[in-house]
Amino acid sequence: MPTFFERRQIVTPGDLIAEGDYITGENTYAEGNRIYASRIGIVEYDNKKINVVALRAFYIPRVGDIVIGTVVEVGFNGWTVYINAPYEALLRASEVLSRPFKPQKDELSQFLNVGDLVVAKISAYDRAHNPQLSVSEPGLGKITRGQIIKITSTKIPRVIGRKGSMVSMITQETGCQIILGLNGVILVTGKNPEDEELALMAIRKIEEESHISGLTDRVTQMLKEEKKGGKIKNESKN
Amino acid sequence: MSQKTEKLIDKKGLRLDGRKPDELRPIKMEVGILSNAEGSAYIEQGKNKILAAVFGPKEMHPKHLALPDRMVIRCRYHMAPFSVQERKSPSPSRREIELSKVIRESLEPTVFMEYYPRTGIDVFIEVLQADGSTRCASITAASVAMADAGIPMRDLVAACSAGKVDDTIILDLMDAEDKLGSADVPVALMPNHNAVTLLQMDGILTAEEFEKTVSLALEGCQKIYAMQKEALKTRYVSVKEVEE
Repeated sequence: MPTFFERRQIVTPGDLIAEGDYITGENTYAEGNRIYASRIGIVEYDNKKINVVALRAFYIPRVGDIVIGTVVEVGFNGWTVYINAPYEALLRASEVLSRPFKPQKDELSQFLNVGDLVVAKISAYDRAHNPQLSVSEPGLGKITRGQIIKITSTKIPRVIGRKGSMVSMITQETGCQIILGLNGVILVTGKNPEDEELALMAIRKIEEESHISGLTDRVTQMLKEEKKGGKIKNESKN
Repeated sequence: MSQKTEKLIDKKGLRLDGRKPDELRPIKMEVGILSNAEGSAYIEQGKNKILAAVFGPKEMHPKHLALPDRMVIRCRYHMAPFSVQERKSPSPSRREIELSKVIRESLEPTVFMEYYPRTGIDVFIEVLQADGSTRCASITAASVAMADAGIPMRDLVAACSAGKVDDTIILDLMDAEDKLGSADVPVALMPNHNAVTLLQMDGILTAEEFEKTVSLALEGCQKIYAMQKEALKTRYVSVKEVEE
């Protein structure tokens, strides 16, 4: 049962990764007992399972995911929301109103208009239907303040870090609240724009350098240095 | 073509640009050079200069073109007005429409189209400078651009042409050899599955010559495939090297 690539080596689509009694994981496919890669990525072995961590991919909705989307259309009984995926999502009016929707009385564009951003959860999705969104949980709904940054959706796990270590570190260092949309959109809300800018800088660094080890340490160091530098600048102004 | 002004192959057996019969033109490939496209690639093969850009998968517009069980690939091969010696009208010609179809069909077998029903991918190929075998270079670049866009694929596609001039079988025809030679055979290959996705012939060859020509073209495809892989990997490895 040979494998043809070492752990953490880059593969391109079509590369034969292994032959024999293996199981296909993410971004791989099998033909007979041969396992091939289907995207550019880094090989990871998990016992008999072979995964390719994609370097380039797009977001595919999954039920239960928290996403951040933009309203693109106000419809008759709901909104169409762009969630950075190949499929546009639907948000029903009764979800936002939290009561039955009356077309005679309610003007939908008063609640959410084209261009508004929403944090929502995917409540239903399958091959035959476009994803449905839900905002009936605390923390979900229209975004009123903060800054948005878009990154590749495959890199969201790097921003979360091991057991959430990366996000909690950034939150602690900058004092910003961070909401991660699994579709690659991140909302950062802080007390002032400088804090937000610092958090955005950290996220950009994570996106660029996510495939190099020792990431958390480097980001922590960068944040500390930036904070020091910022303070000196502020003091010299006074 | 009865009157040949010069021999296409000289006494030493070398071609007009000094290549051996089984030698490729110098190839340069770059990945991810357009920031507005999800995936992109640029290829220089001799004097050919071709850009490929990929958008999607995204919701299909107009909607009636979407298929309920799989995705749709749209492809546009276009030559810039300044890509050839005499200005070419920018409107799509009969040849360009045909090449768009041929290129699309050579890319389709590699994509897992059934994964994302009701969506579409757009592939744009712009020929900035043409010097023979542009369809092959276009397929090579488009396939790399699709991989760069993160579209799940069975394999890359590498394409290369071979043909016959002055009774010699040659690899990777350039414009003069294509126009004055006696046959041109473009071939596209999925290298890991050893599957041919494009095979055309223009001209006359005997059965034996045809077999020789195709196997020479397939060898060329394998060489180009190695370059495709290299180009894709460099895009990510270079980030690593700068850091360390």
